[in-house]
Amino acid sequence: MIKVDNVKKRFGDEEILKGITTVFEKGKTNLIIGQSGSGKSVLLKCLLGLFKPEEGKIYYEENAIQDMDEDEQRELREEIGMLFQGGALFDSMTIEENVMFPLRMFTKQRKSEMLDRVNDVLNRVNLENVNKKYPAEISGGMQKRVSIARAIVNKPKYLFCDEPNSGLDPKTATVIDNLIQEITHENNITTVVVTHDMNSVMEIGESIVFLKNGLLVWQGTQEDIFSTDNKDVTDFVYSSDLFKKIRHIQQRD
Amino acid sequence: MLKKVFGSFTKRSVLRELIFKEIDDLIIGSLGIVVFISFFVGGVIAIQTALNLENPILPKSLIGFATRQSIILEFAPTFMSIIMAGKVGSFITSSIGSMRVTEQIDALEVMGINSLNYLVFPKIVALMLYPLVIALSMFLGILGGWVAAVYGGFSSSTAFTSGLQEDFTSFHLVYAFLKTFVFAFILATVPSWQGYYMKGGALEVGKASTKSFVWTSVLIILSNFIITQLLLS
Repeated sequence: MIKVDNVKKRFGDEEILKGITTVFEKGKTNLIIGQSGSGKSVLLKCLLGLFKPEEGKIYYEENAIQDMDEDEQRELREEIGMLFQGGALFDSMTIEENVMFPLRMFTKQRKSEMLDRVNDVLNRVNLENVNKKYPAEISGGMQKRVSIARAIVNKPKYLFCDEPNSGLDPKTATVIDNLIQEITHENNITTVVVTHDMNSVMEIGESIVFLKNGLLVWQGTQEDIFSTDNKDVTDFVYSSDLFKKIRHIQQRD
Repeated sequence: MLKKVFGSFTKRSVLRELIFKEIDDLIIGSLGIVVFISFFVGGVIAIQTALNLENPILPKSLIGFATRQSIILEFAPTFMSIIMAGKVGSFITSSIGSMRVTEQIDALEVMGINSLNYLVFPKIVALMLYPLVIALSMFLGILGGWVAAVYGGFSSSTAFTSGLQEDFTSFHLVYAFLKTFVFAFILATVPSWQGYYMKGGALEVGKASTKSFVWTSVLIILSNFIITQLLLS
């Protein structure tokens, strides 16, 4: 569980996050949604400790990340898996080396044990025969899956995903979404996904927070989001023709 | 930056591998161009000196003497370092800059790895072998001078080698290698800084590489002036 308590973040004179308070629950895929510039990615970087909020605290279980010293923060980060928007795979390493990287850095396992674990997680994300390839030699969707494999290889307690579907076709995007949700349930971890993709909301939005201009303006579940009368949320949800048509059909029926 | 480079060390076995990789990229990978440039520039220095010795009173051994002094004091340590600022410096800036742009550095930080130590420390250690490259450059420069002088018919081998030994001051070697260590540190840190703290996309990686070359060269020239003033004046 991650608790966000009145987090404010400024860049110069501009306040990007204006006091966010919420809880990201364990065993669920928690979505942060909102338009571009709403503060989603800044909130994610605050959660990861990459940005330091000017006010407020972020608690991992009972411990505030702001109160941790550098070593404690480093230990916490060993429990975090992160799926970056572009994959962020290391170009100079093969897929196998990329996935093995967290194990090499933080465990004392023998190489054969590490290789077994790498093959397990690559199988889990449905990738085969890519071990010796380099990231540039595989497709964007495969890179995302490798990135998920790297994020979960060290059995993290927290999984963060930044726009996991960006640049992917709808079918591959659904595969990635489902994979994230399955992994969350299988391992009972706290997963936080930043997205502006309504398909992801439909697929995996078990708990959703909606940000607008640095404020949390709505919070609820996948079912709630289609029945809310919050204008900001409905404007966002029904901004695409597809969802407008779905609403039209629902209202007609 | 330097405080973080030398703090929170990466796991030793991983660091060892990174250092060997950097030695391969930065030192071994530079040998070809160093060999080529040093040999031919050494030859050119010898020919230029010979062509300017019009007065018959001046001994032919002066060609060897001038070649040795030019190469040991300035060409090998300083000008080879400026060439390396273009080769090694741009490589360091663009590789770290690309990692910044593609969030690979963020990935390291999120994993709890001190990215500055992971990326920059191995480069500093690898470039501490840089004086060996400069020693090779000195040797090949003088060899190139000898080949050009003797086979170009400007001097006999005996006159050239006696010029090489004339008024030899061993402190000049100490001075040359001392400044080479300083240049090696500049070559490792300035381009790393430019790459690590760059902002923007792919275009900015190119701009950062150019800036890196300019600043590395400026710092090499300035530190060369200061060290020369301190040690030789």
